Amino acid sequence: MKLLIRGGTVVEPVDGRMLEQDVLLSDGRIAGTGRNLSAAGAEVIDASGKLVVPGLVDMHVHLREPGYEAKETLLTGARAAVRGGFTSVACMPNTNPVVDNAALVSYIKNTAAALGLARVYPVGAISRGSRGEELAEMGHMKKAGAAAFSDDGQPVADAGLMRRAMQYARMLGMTVISHCENKELSLGGTMHEGYVSTLLGLKGIPASSEEVMVARDLLLAEETGCRLHIAHVSTAGSVRLVREAKARGIRVTAEVTPHHFTLTDEAVVGYDTSTKVNPPLRTAFDVAAVKEGLADGTIDVIATDHAPHTIEEKDVEYERAPFGMVGLETAMGLVWTELVVGGVLTPLQAVTKMTLHPARVLNIPGGTLGAGAPADITIIDPAASETVDPSLFESKGRNTPFAGRALKGLPWAAIVGGRLVMVERRIADSLE
Amino acid sequence: MAINGKDLISLKNIPAETIKLILDTAEPMKEIIKRQIKKVPTLRGRTVVTVFYEASTRTRTSFELAAKYLSADVVNIAAATSSVSKGESLKDTARTITSMGADVVVLRHPMAGASELLARTVDASVINAGDGAHEHPTQALLDLFTVREKKGRLEGLKVAIVGDILHSRVARSDIWGYTTMGAEVRLAGPATLMPPGIEKTGARVYNDLEEALEGADVVNILRIQLERQRQGLFPGLREYAVMFGINRDRLKLAAPDALVMHPGPMNRGVEISPEVADGLQSVINTQVTNGVAVRMALLYLLTGGAHIEAAY
Repeated sequence: MKLLIRGGTVVEPVDGRMLEQDVLLSDGRIAGTGRNLSAAGAEVIDASGKLVVPGLVDMHVHLREPGYEAKETLLTGARAAVRGGFTSVACMPNTNPVVDNAALVSYIKNTAAALGLARVYPVGAISRGSRGEELAEMGHMKKAGAAAFSDDGQPVADAGLMRRAMQYARMLGMTVISHCENKELSLGGTMHEGYVSTLLGLKGIPASSEEVMVARDLLLAEETGCRLHIAHVSTAGSVRLVREAKARGIRVTAEVTPHHFTLTDEAVVGYDTSTKVNPPLRTAFDVAAVKEGLADGTIDVIATDHAPHTIEEKDVEYERAPFGMVGLETAMGLVWTELVVGGVLTPLQAVTKMTLHPARVLNIPGGTLGAGAPADITIIDPAASETVDPSLFESKGRNTPFAGRALKGLPWAAIVGGRLVMVERRIADSLE
Repeated sequence: MAINGKDLISLKNIPAETIKLILDTAEPMKEIIKRQIKKVPTLRGRTVVTVFYEASTRTRTSFELAAKYLSADVVNIAAATSSVSKGESLKDTARTITSMGADVVVLRHPMAGASELLARTVDASVINAGDGAHEHPTQALLDLFTVREKKGRLEGLKVAIVGDILHSRVARSDIWGYTTMGAEVRLAGPATLMPPGIEKTGARVYNDLEEALEGADVVNILRIQLERQRQGLFPGLREYAVMFGINRDRLKLAAPDALVMHPGPMNRGVEISPEVADGLQSVINTQVTNGVAVRMALLYLLTGGAHIEAAY
């Protein structure tokens, strides 16, 4: 089975090339790139005027299965992923039960693979039940296919346990993804602590809640030599700490979500619970720092922290609502609109942070269009625009504060393993 | 004349002329309270529902009397005895109430933003009777009314608000009300009970209580909740009383005719000494009376204000 993508601008993050070329896919792999390729019997996709990039990788999503299927399932999550242009996602283990053993890692991997949509890479828990008390069976989970380890949703409060987790992960050659939050400092908080929380009368989560844990984990990474990835960086102080750590040679990478580089705590005015996220939306100063971190390379990865919830859970008083917003289906448009059109990143930089970098952090295939690589490709239409309409989401989650927002630069097609799974925001099985 | 908008959620962005209208309307309402027969037919046929998710005898009774003096039908719902305790959401409770034909819903809720959520859900007018640490606009309006009544004006006055500003919805509404009406607001209290960025509201933050009291025309003392001490937000009640309690000596720093105010209920001997609470400068009981008048004015104005002549 062959597919020829003709006439697009090919973006290759590995060597930073952007050239008008054709891409030929054969038997689930990339057969080659070049001008005027021809292949007898190949299906042809006309990508002129569009960007042909390695399949987007979202290394931070919550797919809620097992246990919270009312919020999302592997199927709806995978459909949301490909509609958003993501051909690979890494799902966090805070399900019910928590993914803290090899059997659950295998269950997720196998169930998702059978769907034939986005590739799903389970992240295993650091501690049993993510309770922060004893190490989970990280070795077994690695063998079963876990891509990294994290207690995401919960910080690892015990520094001793975090240190042992990093020592062990280093032995396994795996990355530890840290949800940096000091619970004593964030206790009871529902939004960023600052003038806006004062106005709204909501208890705040100070920037220091994140920063003290970033600092701790950087020190532990330095000591253990473990590869550390800081999830959802939200404050100027965290950006500074990561920048300084990188300069000192610590093996650290960091991610930011589209909502943290797009929105400020002002979005909470009106108490829209879809703005309730953890870490919270910060100030304009923090947003500027995060953008600077993206531009100067301090922040390596853009990830969504896609966190679907049911309408009933979110349609309540702000303090009562769970944290989290969906992100898979708005991410590309927000990156393009805010960062590329906004002049923060070049298209190549943006693509690199959504493909090559997350693939490297997780040590999974992807992030390149080199010959022999898996034929995972996303085609982006920079000229396309849409107004976000949550009723069109493939995700079960409708919890987004971006409803009604006009976005530019949308994923136009997604190809996984050489198979077209999404065209023009429609999933392949619903195509004619 | 009615006030713009369906609801009263917050005093932020309420223009001075609207506040003045409410205070002016409260004056004839106060006259009604003083009559032997305290009832006018103004809101006959209208229904006011009070929904209290937090216990508050003072505010609930004040609204209830205000509605009754205007001849409205009043229903009180206490959350502990309603479907709320069976897990019904605020929105569903609200829909039920309005389906029954309420014209005004008065909501007291422990969570900030609850009245805004309710106002978005229902067609009835919603009055915020206190939502978490957000706002308590009717308390601020009765404070303004009391000060204007006693001082003849609000503009140019120095108002010191003392105590737990962080958790105080009264303080937030007071700040907007006073600053909109041209008064100067000074805030004093323990650093751990001072919300971040509060000075951006236009209020001034004083680390030194005595400096804040210097020449103040109004001293508004906030209730200290014992629970805050248990949360470790300040070291102890005894220390609080010594550092931030208002006693006779401290009060002497304020203007000689300064008014002493407190939204109640008071912790005598903690934030306020008994002789100050019961002293000549105290207008705490007047605040309670004025609360009814101001709430009558609001109910009247929010329901359209069509029959003012009947109120006179």
